[in-house]
Formats: sequence, C-alpha cells, structure tokens
Amino acid sequence: MTATVKYDEVEAGQQIPAVDYRVHRVDLVKYAGASGDFNPIHWNERHAKAVGLPDVIAHGMFTMAQAGRFVTDWAGDPGAVVDYGVRFSSMVVVPDNDEGAVITVSAVVEEKLDGNLVVLALTARSGDSRVLSKARATVRLA
Amino acid sequence: MALNRDFVGRTYPAAGTYEVARVKIKEFAAAIGDDNPIYRDPEAARAAGHPDVIAPPTFPIVFTLSGAAEALADPEFGLNFAMVVHGEQRFEYTRPIYAGDELKCTSTISEIRSVGRNELVTVTSDVTTVQGEPVCRTHNLLIERGGAA
Repeated sequence: MTATVKYDEVEAGQQIPAVDYRVHRVDLVKYAGASGDFNPIHWNERHAKAVGLPDVIAHGMFTMAQAGRFVTDWAGDPGAVVDYGVRFSSMVVVPDNDEGAVITVSAVVEEKLDGNLVVLALTARSGDSRVLSKARATVRLA
Repeated sequence: MALNRDFVGRTYPAAGTYEVARVKIKEFAAAIGDDNPIYRDPEAARAAGHPDVIAPPTFPIVFTLSGAAEALADPEFGLNFAMVVHGEQRFEYTRPIYAGDELKCTSTISEIRSVGRNELVTVTSDVTTVQGEPVCRTHNLLIERGGAA
C-alpha cells in the first residue's frame, strides 16, 4: 500500500482545493441500506418534520464518508489513513428535488509528523453551515 | 433521566465474528458514491499493494455498534433512543480492513458525562482478527438531548 502523495513534497499550511459532493434522497436510502442505520429522519420527511427537523437530514456518517473520500482521493490510497475523527456540528438538510444538497470539503495540511505522517484539518460545509468540526485525518504518505 | 454511571467500564463482546465480504465493501463504497476500483476489483487492489479489496475508512461503522447495542438498550442504563444524535466519531487504524478478514469486536462504555441538559456517552470498540491481531479502535460519542435535565 502506497500513497501517491510524497511526504517531502507536502508543507504544513498547504491548502488542498475544495471538492463538491452532491447528495440526493436516493443516496441516503442507499446509505441506510449499506450501513444498517434506518433512522427515519434520514429518509422520511413526515417523520423528520414531526420531530422538529426542517426536512430529511443526511446521516452524519454519510457526511463523514464524503470527507473521507476527499482524504483517500487526495492521498491516493485508502490504506494510508491511520486516524480519522470528526464532530458532527450541523445538519446536512436534503430536500426532495433534483438539486438535493451539496457538501463542500476542503483541507489544510495542519502538521507534519515523524514516520511520513501528516495531519489534515478538514472543513465540510453545506449551505451556510459548517457540518463537521474538529475534523482531522492522519495520513501516511509515500 | 440521567444515564446510569454504573455502566462506565462495562465491556460487551459482540456475538460471533464479522466476516468482511467483497460484496459488502462494494455495496458500502457505492452507497458513499465512491467509484474507486480499489473497493471492488481485487486486481486493482493487488496492483496498489493490498492483499485484497480494501474497506473505506468509515466502513467499521457497519459492525462496531452491535456489541454495545445490548448495553445501550438495557432499561437499567436509562437511554432514550428517540432523543439520541451522533455527536462524534473516530477510527484509529493499526492496519486497513480487507475482504476476507474475520473480525471480533469488543465494545466498552468508556465515558458518560453531562454537558448542559445533555448526556454524552462514548462507546469504544476494539476490533481484532479472530487470531487477536489488532486492526482498529473506534470511538462513538452519542448525545442524548435533554437527558441530564
């Protein structure tokens, strides 16, 4: 397993350009099935509104997976991720229309550690909200 | 209702083992919208230096909570699932998860604390192979809204 990004070519403070990930209702249905999380707030608008939510919201773990995709695509190898943690700070509201919602993920190289490890500080936004906070991934580079 | 602090430190081994299947990794990768061939094609995974298809970093969520589900559902614990939201999640890897792995998961209620009106409970799960080789440790923080009121 080898990351395609080289440790020596990465600097602390380096920005990694943002990527948009679009999410539609069907994506949440697929995620519910694959993950086994069938909480109806993630697929049933009637239920979501009954419990005080503005609309159906994405699974926090779906959002975490999108930011994870950003990390593995950047590093070039999913096996390079040695530590990945987030706090779910806001909801991703997914309306029932063709546009759906967009999760925008970007990162900065926060720190270089020994052993070819780097720490990425991730930012994930949807609409006006920051949907992840304390989001950090430690990745072993080539 | 406040959560029962007597449960801190209690450990729950999952019943049986979890066998990581190629088709499950493929399904999970499709569900997160990731078309990377390393998640579906054993040849692509081997070309990248892996023994078989590799799992995405958040894949262990599929099986890590099952061990603690029994504890969290115990009426003596006092958790109202209707008020629970996912607060934080973390995955620490000793090595990646591959198709063909046969894994054991042991979950521990590692911390309970009150923040404002909410109760926060952290479940830590240790994932090893059936031979005992460490694979990953996950931390799942759940928030029970209004639980400390």
